[in-house]
Amino acid sequence: MRYLPHTGEDIAAMLDVIGVSDLEDLFDAVPQACRRSGDLKVPDALTEMELREYLAGLAATIAAPPEYLIFAGAGSYEHFIPASVQYLLGRSEFSTAYTPYQPEVSQGTLQAIYEYQTLVATLLGLDVANASLYDGASALAEALLMAIRVTRRGKVAVSRAVHPQYRQVVRTYFQSTGYEILELPYLADGRTDLSPLEGMDDLAAVAVQSPNFFGCIEDLKKAGEKVHERGALFVTGFSEPVAYGLLKNPGSQGADIACGEGRSFGMPRSFGGPGLGMFACTMKHVRNMPGRLVGQTTDLNGRRGFVLTLATREQHIRREKATSNICTNNSLCALAAAMHMASLGSTGLRELAELNYDKAQYLKTGLAEAGFEAPFAAPTFNEMTVKFPKGFDSTYKRLLEKKIVAGIPLAPYYPELEDHYLLCVTETRTRAQMDALITEIAS
Amino acid sequence: MNDSPGATGLVFNEPLLWEKGKRGRCGMSLPRRDVERAQLDEELMGESPDFPDLGELDVIRHYTRLSQWNFGVDSGMYPLGSCTMKYNPKINELVAGLPGFAGAHPLLPEEHCQGALQLMHELERLLAEITGMDAVSVQPSAGAQGELTGMLIIYAYHKGQGKPRSKIIVPDTAHGTNPASAALCGFRTVKVESNELGILSSRDIEDIMDEDTAGIMVTNPNTLGLFEENIREIAALVHAKGGLVYCDGANMNAVMGVVDMGKSDIDVLHLNLHKTFSTPHGGGGPGAGPVCVKKKLEPFLPVPRIVEEDGRYRLSEEYPESIGRLHAFYGNFGVMVKAYSYILSVGADLKKVSQLAVLNANYIRQRLKDTYHLQYDRPCMHECVFSDKLQREHKVTTLDIVKRLMDYGFHPPTIYFPLIVPGAIMVEPTETESKEDLDRFVEALKRIAREAEVSPELLREAPRRSKVRRLDETGAARNPCLAG
Repeated sequence: MRYLPHTGEDIAAMLDVIGVSDLEDLFDAVPQACRRSGDLKVPDALTEMELREYLAGLAATIAAPPEYLIFAGAGSYEHFIPASVQYLLGRSEFSTAYTPYQPEVSQGTLQAIYEYQTLVATLLGLDVANASLYDGASALAEALLMAIRVTRRGKVAVSRAVHPQYRQVVRTYFQSTGYEILELPYLADGRTDLSPLEGMDDLAAVAVQSPNFFGCIEDLKKAGEKVHERGALFVTGFSEPVAYGLLKNPGSQGADIACGEGRSFGMPRSFGGPGLGMFACTMKHVRNMPGRLVGQTTDLNGRRGFVLTLATREQHIRREKATSNICTNNSLCALAAAMHMASLGSTGLRELAELNYDKAQYLKTGLAEAGFEAPFAAPTFNEMTVKFPKGFDSTYKRLLEKKIVAGIPLAPYYPELEDHYLLCVTETRTRAQMDALITEIAS
Repeated sequence: MNDSPGATGLVFNEPLLWEKGKRGRCGMSLPRRDVERAQLDEELMGESPDFPDLGELDVIRHYTRLSQWNFGVDSGMYPLGSCTMKYNPKINELVAGLPGFAGAHPLLPEEHCQGALQLMHELERLLAEITGMDAVSVQPSAGAQGELTGMLIIYAYHKGQGKPRSKIIVPDTAHGTNPASAALCGFRTVKVESNELGILSSRDIEDIMDEDTAGIMVTNPNTLGLFEENIREIAALVHAKGGLVYCDGANMNAVMGVVDMGKSDIDVLHLNLHKTFSTPHGGGGPGAGPVCVKKKLEPFLPVPRIVEEDGRYRLSEEYPESIGRLHAFYGNFGVMVKAYSYILSVGADLKKVSQLAVLNANYIRQRLKDTYHLQYDRPCMHECVFSDKLQREHKVTTLDIVKRLMDYGFHPPTIYFPLIVPGAIMVEPTETESKEDLDRFVEALKRIAREAEVSPELLREAPRRSKVRRLDETGAARNPCLAG
């Protein structure tokens, strides 16, 4: 086995130093009753060539670009990843290190994460961002728990237009806590209905996603005002951070905490993970924030350097009183996002966001002209809900056979939205592909 | 220091991103604009975020230089205790990047993602076989989320029995995340101390286990690198009072092919794919923390589960007792591909992996035990815990010793953990280090011990060869500067 460098001679010499005669003797402390009764039943080891062939075979069964033309987003967007980002991310000085506990030999990770925190705080318009959480869903759960710590209140309200699977994760995190989750319905225009807030007391936080799961851009300013009237923290979520290259950022609209999925910056879809939980808040609440933070400091010679800081919030110091149990986060994904944002710059991000918006508008207009109804009137970014005629599922299947994925059906998540589909267009779709989609759907 | 890997080369300075660049540059080629500009309500539009504009080479040099300030497993030995910093095979990266895996959208119809579902299902079966447990979910995103999953399963089990319980026992040799994971689930932790041998004694558990205690959260092998020999007796006591046994399996690298966690009477176990199964640690993730359970707890596993019928795979949420979902989709699939690739590459040699991991740790223990104090002088599993007790008389500490180790070209071990060993130096070499590298490491630590006697300032002023010297961490926390 090429990963095991020991020769028979090495093993004999080492056993000799230890003073035992056989490798099995090293396990004398393990009682007989705890031992396996037979050998491991695992397949015979594959050679590297066999492994590549086998896994390439499995991968080939999956519908993916460029073979498939995918108009589906729903929290997983197809963005172009430049070769430079992919190359840099493969540098094993980054990928084969661990959490930067020893700052003198981890300045690469530390500076890169400090820069990531700064870019994310800038993107979201808030004071401080953490070093990452697992994904958009757990970030939302952590944000709501944080709001409960800050306000010492026991209820949260979450919009039904938040990604359904994010809401499921929130329920999982909350099930044993005794805290209550209320849901806010959506309006006819696809935005969140905030009127039920009037009757809600003891609210720690209200969470709204923008653009929301239907693709609609929420009126965050108005929502924030209503939330603050209740004395609750305003939590804004997102699954598509590229939108903030064009839209007003959550911080400027009154968000106390902004959190969401960062996969759109530099990470492949990879069947849903790993992604990146982005998380930012105002400085006022930093000591209640979950997750790691990198801070700037100086070394013995007065030179600039970076360290993990405010660790007194964290599990390894505060133990059961920590702000979260998170330890390993999604650091390399944060690096991917930082590399991608650095490659784009302010100018590039604006262009990228405009491309997404303009192309999605092209499809939206085209579908409307072909007679397909857009049930929600609120403006959208790069996703849109479309109501197709009854029986569209057979058209959907026909398109799948032609290797076109015409969005995802909404009915499994919203039973009331039968024949509604969520379609997505990013910068990776061309006008010709969109024309082809419209023609195929209409035929 | 002549034959140690530590040396000084040309190290570049590199400013912060926003100290470089010029407005109007762009470091990437965007896809072609082939549609007209569309109007958007001015009310919704904001300024573009104030990011620096950099050219492609600016970005490449920036991150290349930063990477050169980092120490990774590919740079040298990284004996960080309880983190299993083994070699991360390159083939795993390549296969995870296959277009089918990397490009897979998570919400397509099942018939269009059979390969992904099959891979996850087979990985779950392999992990069940390796641990001796009955059912597995690969959904949790990292070890701590695996712990939370395990706690929620225990919570749901007791709730299902009609008797929610409020406490959980956590030994002083458990991983640091355990108390926080238990607390996140609403349990009050009851601490139990290990005995003079560094393991739990069943009598101590008997004294505190009661019918309001949901169970015990034990790390096995524990953070002293010792196997909890009384685990079955302890499990019997916990089970007798209706409790469940959770095992933190982060240290599974010590016992593959040797220990059957099922026969050890463990009810719930989590694994770390980024430790035992060789996926890279990424500077702090992404990882994956699969959870393995006994048959009776299978109904509580997270959804969706992957179900196989006649060679076809589908996702099912039809588990009414499930604790629910922990990830927006199915977990860190990219990490799972790498772990699966590793298991298929190693095959039945997984047992050898554990044997050699334990051999390496015992070799270091034996060769250094006359130089550094060993609070528990017994054969160990995959890691051993020294301390600075002997060096403190020269007024040098664990921190000084390990900072000096950097100058010799090694990453420091885990320090000041576990808390029960004052000044702990926790060494986990892993099986992928050769005897020559272990000898160099031992030699470096022996020289450092001699330096502590004759020229302790060398230790106190270390490291000298790194990009920066020791950093002011107190100042960083007192006046937090968290964004530039």
